[in-house]
Amino acid sequence: MGKVGIIGVGQSAFVRGYPGSIRELAFEGFKEAIADAQIETKDIDASIICSAPEYDKQRSPAGVFAEYLGLIPQPTCYLESLCSSSSMGLRMAYSLVKSGLHDVVAIIGFQKMSEISSAESQERMGRGADIQWESPFGTMMPAYYAMFARGHMETYGTSPDDLALIRVKAATYGQINEKAVYRKPVTFEMFSDPESPMSGPVASPLRVGDCCANADGSSCVIVANEEKTKALSKKPVWILGLGAASASVNMAGRDAFSRLEVARLAGEQAYGMAGVTPKDIDVAEVHDCFTIAELMAYENLGFAEPGGGKELIKSKETYKEGCIPVNVDGGLLSKGHPIGATGGAQIRTIVLQLRGEAGEMQVKEPGVGLVHNIGGVGLYGNVSILGR
Amino acid sequence: MGKKKKEVDDRFKKFGTVSFTSITKINDFIDYLEQGKLMGTRCKGCGILFFPPRADCYKCLSSDMEWVEVSGTGKLATYSKLEYAPIGFGDDLPYAIAVLDYGDYKVFGRIAGDVPQDEIKVGMQMKAVVNTLPNGQLNYVFEKA
Repeated sequence: MGKVGIIGVGQSAFVRGYPGSIRELAFEGFKEAIADAQIETKDIDASIICSAPEYDKQRSPAGVFAEYLGLIPQPTCYLESLCSSSSMGLRMAYSLVKSGLHDVVAIIGFQKMSEISSAESQERMGRGADIQWESPFGTMMPAYYAMFARGHMETYGTSPDDLALIRVKAATYGQINEKAVYRKPVTFEMFSDPESPMSGPVASPLRVGDCCANADGSSCVIVANEEKTKALSKKPVWILGLGAASASVNMAGRDAFSRLEVARLAGEQAYGMAGVTPKDIDVAEVHDCFTIAELMAYENLGFAEPGGGKELIKSKETYKEGCIPVNVDGGLLSKGHPIGATGGAQIRTIVLQLRGEAGEMQVKEPGVGLVHNIGGVGLYGNVSILGR
Repeated sequence: MGKKKKEVDDRFKKFGTVSFTSITKINDFIDYLEQGKLMGTRCKGCGILFFPPRADCYKCLSSDMEWVEVSGTGKLATYSKLEYAPIGFGDDLPYAIAVLDYGDYKVFGRIAGDVPQDEIKVGMQMKAVVNTLPNGQLNYVFEKA
């Protein structure tokens, strides 16, 4: 069995209110990935369509996309694990190629969140939690992550100011990423300025500035077997390690509110499979749906000891010039978080980094990169390690 | 006389401000709430205690359960006060969701609205009590022990 490579990546601009339908949105990321891979649509043997359901009127988007993108009569299916859907798609595509069933597989992630209001969106997101036992209390994603922020603060003395620094970093890179939805700067002072929207309370201790930007967007990742990757790719990027885990959906079933166990487990598996350690990672994309999520990721992935995450951001070690650059494309906080497209966009960033094609965001000669993508409130966790 | 309608046991629609479930095998949970009791289930097969209550045991796969009251106090594990609510919950604002740790199990719910914000501390002892909402629905909230 040979290796599995990534031969093409694409991403639409992440925007508010995409002026088109979901199939047209998917076309944008797909077209870029096809151009990047320098292949033709007919070279793709199967497609996996990824999103979080319920944002669209269209049932079973896989068939609709396959037809619109010219991917019929090849097999296609829909796959979801909430916000980590397209990383789970990468895992499934890897196994389809590794098994020899297919040579080339496309993972197409998308989400058009703007068709519903923000409050409706929060209600749907909240129903990604336990609808029988939790949603009747009026839950939403920021409040769940806020419970982890509270837990982390109580356990390790982390402060809201530490979290604000993560948003400031995200905005630093969101400004130079032309595909980001939020291109404006965010300063530390905005969090204490009552006039700034960043300081507004959402769910204590999280503020508006701690929350990612909803967006519409699509992404596409094309994977191939070793032979095709070597034949097609001038700068091959290989899938070195994959990890995935799940946890209790109800918060009553969680052991701790200061870490996401799925991230730790998925990380451990991915490091083991790749034969690398956290020290070997040169650049990382982590799932910063909220600032606290990035801080926990530093610790759950072993970039810092438990409780040491705040020192990493205070010392700017997760900036582009630091020892472990994280989310130097703006992350979910500024680049935006079109749920089903997010994992694919994170993978794209790491692939461009490893090829040395990340432009102004380029980290110095990275050899190994990591993608951490979480579904729900630590309900699903995927960690993927890529290398040259 | 028309056809006799089959009775649907949809008691669970009474749970919480807005319930997203109506039919479940543990609908007696609602009857207990009406009696002022918060109940979990214990598997008669292997003895494992569940909150929230379940009809089926994942450990020994038995569906033979008995009801057990959530009693005593639990430790506040974490909480968050919401300033913004999903659709259908706006009238309840502001409110805090929380997890109480009873040792053998944890309970997810809301902190009672009359507990002053500055008195809420992680680690404090609280107890879950049944509560009737303004719209007549039932839930449970955490009060200072």
